[in-house]
Amino acid sequence: MTTTKSKVVYSPVFTDGAEFRIPTFKLLKQDGSLYKSAKAPDLDKEKALRIYRAMVTTRILDERMLAAQRQGRLSFYMQCTGEEAAVIGSTAALDDGDMIMAQYREQGALAYRGFSIDEFMNQLFGNELDYGKGRQMPVHYGSEKLNYMTISSPLATQIPQATGYAYGQKMAGEGHCTITYFGEGAASEGDFHAALNMAAVHRVPVIFLCRNNGYAISTPAAEQFAADGVAPRAYGYKMDVIRVDGNDILAMYQATQEARKLAVEHNRPVLIEAMSYRLAAHSSSDDPSGYRSKDEEAVWREKDPILRMRLWLESLKWWSEDDEKQLQENMRREVLETMKRAQKRPPPALDTLVTDVYDEVPPHLAEQFEKVKAHICKYPDEYPKSAEHAKGGA
Amino acid sequence: MSKMNMLQAINSALDTAMAENEKVLCFGEDVGVFGGVFRATSNLQQKYGKARCFNTPLVEQGIIGFANGLAAQGSVPVAEIQFADYIFPAFDQIVNESAKFRYRSGNLFNVGGLTIRAPYGGGIAGGLYHSQSPEAYFAHTPGLKIVVPRNPHQAKGLLLGAIHDPNPTLFFEPKRLYRASVGEVPDEDYRLPLGEAEVIKEGSDITLLGWGAQMEVIEKAVEMAEKEGISCEVIDLRTILPWDVETVANSVFKTGRLVVTHEAPLTGGFAGEIAATIQDRCFLYLESPIARVTGIDTPFPLVLEKEHLPNHLKVYEAIRASVDF
Repeated sequence: MTTTKSKVVYSPVFTDGAEFRIPTFKLLKQDGSLYKSAKAPDLDKEKALRIYRAMVTTRILDERMLAAQRQGRLSFYMQCTGEEAAVIGSTAALDDGDMIMAQYREQGALAYRGFSIDEFMNQLFGNELDYGKGRQMPVHYGSEKLNYMTISSPLATQIPQATGYAYGQKMAGEGHCTITYFGEGAASEGDFHAALNMAAVHRVPVIFLCRNNGYAISTPAAEQFAADGVAPRAYGYKMDVIRVDGNDILAMYQATQEARKLAVEHNRPVLIEAMSYRLAAHSSSDDPSGYRSKDEEAVWREKDPILRMRLWLESLKWWSEDDEKQLQENMRREVLETMKRAQKRPPPALDTLVTDVYDEVPPHLAEQFEKVKAHICKYPDEYPKSAEHAKGGA
Repeated sequence: MSKMNMLQAINSALDTAMAENEKVLCFGEDVGVFGGVFRATSNLQQKYGKARCFNTPLVEQGIIGFANGLAAQGSVPVAEIQFADYIFPAFDQIVNESAKFRYRSGNLFNVGGLTIRAPYGGGIAGGLYHSQSPEAYFAHTPGLKIVVPRNPHQAKGLLLGAIHDPNPTLFFEPKRLYRASVGEVPDEDYRLPLGEAEVIKEGSDITLLGWGAQMEVIEKAVEMAEKEGISCEVIDLRTILPWDVETVANSVFKTGRLVVTHEAPLTGGFAGEIAATIQDRCFLYLESPIARVTGIDTPFPLVLEKEHLPNHLKVYEAIRASVDF
């Protein structure tokens, strides 16, 4: 039995969805002033500065760590450059107890929640203090205390997981929701469609935040989908949707604030499409000159979300040239000092090779591990990272 | 003949196949104008047009489902999965569809024209999700062929063999060797046979068996062993499924000892299948237990990658242990 209650027609009528053109929500102009009929969201000075500091921290961290990768200190890096407002504006509109299930380019969300530079560095260098125990590539952060699920490289897998996590939150009844971030490329994966459909069917408090940054590695959005972006898909699942200027911190903040109300107070999942641009390469392994022009990048460099917020803060006298200088200097110094410290720390203990595969190391793996240790003890010079541990028994 | 690295050899194979048969199509994530993240499909779009070499949306299950349909229609799709670690969304299409298309239809339909290329393996600081060797998952699936080349010459010949083989074929490329392995490669079309292992060095004391990037590891271990007077026979299996039992068994009849090595974890790894078959075929000829030198039974690590990988020292130790048994 069908549940569709549609009007009946007696000649074939096709519809192409053109009536569903989705507008873009903007508040802040690039010069830091508001659009004529726009009104700033309810955002006090303290929170505004917390957001701004997180954006600047993210930018500086990204610049320094890409440089570190180029110097050979780091195997790999991914920048958030250009998308700081989309990520941090949305995270800031949530409760710090809400869950974040990100893709891999959302270090800004962690910076906002208070992940320290030390914590970033320990993961990037995979040292003994890395929460992930040196098992994953750089930028695969996770923090239980900051409600930030550890990153997984396979694309879009986190999206249906967010639906499930949020369903659990709804059952727990503590008024929390989950936000999941992903790119417009990942939105092509089957997992995306499954996640949205299940969220709508089960009325789950989840916010799907698509960072439409124009490219999936080299593939431009125009070769990713024929439709007008990702947003129209929400209609097909009967879900609330909004498209936002992703470089507009105030619009991102307000849109997510409203989305959170729909999710938490009304159990209505929401899709937010943040329109932005991946100003940097996909990763340190990528070279965008093979697929896009410098001119195109320059257009988006002019739309820098951080400068836009800074000009707004200055117009309110919440921020000054001196504040900026001090923040920049402090952050650069902290990043450098912390990087040196993290790089010097020893790697994780050898037994991290076999722990956490299960809750306990099963006998067959324990036996394999004994063989690995005996082998390392026989060739200690060949295994400088673990020879000491192998000798010591762990 | 030209000097090529493995990527250039793969590119040359694709170019050759596309030039010869307009039904050959190459597609996948970023394979179009960019030529793939490793550049294996460089210049193919420029040369053969967007209709025959193109970017797909980012959806592996879609890529292989689409490829199955194309192959059923009579086209010759060569689909790229960007990393073998990302092949699993397409597992259903490969295991339930590609592999069973012919059987379930009583041979009314088949997807024999399908080739799936994917870079696999560790040693590039790729961690959990850019290092895996998933061949054993697929080796458990009758109906598929699985091929792994060890060098540029093999890569071109085997890939052309796979493209022309009338069965769906997975072609796993050892990405650690993409640029590291360089050799002479014929410019013209040539095809190496599927299902045939190659004895690449004869010896009398012990047989070493591997595939792909592991052949280089074996070579280094053999160098160490031969300095001590151990005569090693080295075999590249080349095709994992269906595999060449005869060549391996004949070697073990002669040497009485076998070491099999792969990067994938021990339990359920393809070395287990080989060991079971060879002990069955060669039981009375074996001088020592068949040894498996593999990754350990954990996900692929990052910082401790070297400790995890079955390197030449571990293979050498296995040779010693087998000979001293």
